[in-house]
Amino acid sequence: MSIEVRHAWKRFGTFTALAGVNLSVPSGRLTALLGPSGSGKTTLLRIIAGLESPDATPDPESGKVLFHGEDVSNVPAGRRGVGFVFQHYALFRHLTVFDNIAFGLSVRSRRDRPSAKQIAERVNELLDLIQLAGLGGRYPDQLSGGQRQRVALARALAVQPRVLLLDEPFGALDARVRKDLRRWLRSLHEKLHVTTVFVTHDQEEALELADEVVVMNQAKVEQVGPPQEVYDRPASPFVIEFLGNVNRLERGRVANKSVLYVRPHDIDIRRAFAGEHAVPARVLHVFSAGNTGRVSLTRSDTGDTIEAEVPRQQLRELNLQDGDRVNLVFRHVRLFPVEGFREEDLPSEPSASRDAGSGI
Amino acid sequence: MSATASTLVHVAAPHRRRTLADPPWLKRILLTIALGFVGLFLVIPLAAVFVEALRGGLRLYGAALTEPDALSAVWLTLLAAGIAVPCNVIFGLAAAWTIAKFDFRGKSVLTTLIDLPFAVSPVIAGLVYVLMFGAQGWMGEWLADRDLRIIFATPGIVLATIFVTFPLVARELIPLMQAQGRDEELAALTLGAGGWKTFWRVTLPNAKWGLFYGVVLCNARAMGEFGAVSVVSGHIRGETNTIPLHVEILYNEYQTQAAFAVASLLTLLALLTMLLKSIIEWRHRRALLAAAHAETRTFAS
Repeated sequence: MSIEVRHAWKRFGTFTALAGVNLSVPSGRLTALLGPSGSGKTTLLRIIAGLESPDATPDPESGKVLFHGEDVSNVPAGRRGVGFVFQHYALFRHLTVFDNIAFGLSVRSRRDRPSAKQIAERVNELLDLIQLAGLGGRYPDQLSGGQRQRVALARALAVQPRVLLLDEPFGALDARVRKDLRRWLRSLHEKLHVTTVFVTHDQEEALELADEVVVMNQAKVEQVGPPQEVYDRPASPFVIEFLGNVNRLERGRVANKSVLYVRPHDIDIRRAFAGEHAVPARVLHVFSAGNTGRVSLTRSDTGDTIEAEVPRQQLRELNLQDGDRVNLVFRHVRLFPVEGFREEDLPSEPSASRDAGSGI
Repeated sequence: MSATASTLVHVAAPHRRRTLADPPWLKRILLTIALGFVGLFLVIPLAAVFVEALRGGLRLYGAALTEPDALSAVWLTLLAAGIAVPCNVIFGLAAAWTIAKFDFRGKSVLTTLIDLPFAVSPVIAGLVYVLMFGAQGWMGEWLADRDLRIIFATPGIVLATIFVTFPLVARELIPLMQAQGRDEELAALTLGAGGWKTFWRVTLPNAKWGLFYGVVLCNARAMGEFGAVSVVSGHIRGETNTIPLHVEILYNEYQTQAAFAVASLLTLLALLTMLLKSIIEWRHRRALLAAAHAETRTFAS
């Protein structure tokens, strides 16, 4: 079931949550709405669910929501066939886990309601799926955060939704549980193939879990694409800064000033002279975790702080000490002038370096 | 979270006792003063009610309660409370629901207006109804033409009772419903439950302890109200006297023992209310704590 949102506007008082956002989610995929808080991602999710209505504009097409090409803009939330998992789960605190999961089926009108036996079967099936078989009699406040999260998911899945929407599904969990649950959700998606959209502010979560990432910033969509593409080819300074660590360096004079971004793992550290385009720097601190060594440095000419990541093996060979003077070679940088941007691959051999690298 | 808090208290307690605790003599003096006041102003007068009521023996006590005027006062009080309490439950639920679950213009005005009956003297509340529905009032002629009696009759008493008990249920429900938020209702909505089903299956069960608490307080106030009811009642014996008014009349007529006998009914009601109130408060606080706890837990992590 594909989802489409056309040109949605939403204002809360003076705050603009969505400024003419278009969104198109492919069927059967896992899509992440990624952005900082206040970027409009949750509002967009709630508009898809029908929990929020977009502002009216003169354009009749504006704010339309389509499921599989069918206009559902005027269909109330309960009949859109969406499963919604709330950030704080919103489990019914006075009902057991079993009754929570059964809720969506048991509130149906008598005509459409499955028999009590069928409901029980479905609930037990879902309890197995979320690996909580045997805990159906517990109340929400007797469960851990991760368990509650899974109950909320089962409750949403019980009504066999056409799309599954999750608002910050892992936001309220601690780091370890979060990782486990992320993996579990991915495998669940492989099993069910329900079109799923989740909201997150955690770039790692979005890049690892999603088939498609929608990066949002200040009420607008900045970029849409598969995680690898979004990471490798960021469309704007915002995206490159938001996705992963990056060094931001200014270069050029006032007239044609531009910002240069280089990822820590795209920096080579050389002891020897590395060509005239290399950047001289001084080592501030060295730390290795796992297979990568992290080095903080200060540029000798401008005083900017630079983070570099080199393989541990190489770090050992370099034998860096705090205060050492080294030369940095940027293998891959991104340049964003005031308007537009340029991408440059710098050859690692200094002799072959092109003009573009000069003046870094 | 609470586990760590309690261990912290355990560890810190011995130190605090030595350094921060007040001297024992101060504690004793404060305790004596507090207990003295409670005894002097609460326990002794309450006990006096029962002592006076039973002074003439059980037979006279029974006679004072079963006398027709007393029975009629009891009946009228039950009737007024029986109408006022359900009215306030309906209003309280509606007001709390709108205030806690929706955003609208004038929300703070409505919240303040709900408290108005607490700010206004009950006598004034009664007078307002006399002014509106009394023989010389705005609607007096219209009502007289249709032979409808509100003032100096049961409807006036019910209206005055509703007025003074107006905020009780709403005030209990608003903070509870606000703490619980509206996510559960929205969840029910996405699961296909309509507004009515959501109310019966989610909102009401979540608010039930707050509601019971409000009902108990509302009932106690409805049965005990004197000022507003006194103004609109007209003190017609056997017709428009409630229990508090009946007590006053008996007392003014120097029937002290009978007055205290009837007053003991209200006192028993008060004691029963206190008991129910503490039981409900205990359950209700757990519900509130659970709501607050769930919130801090999700925000803290």
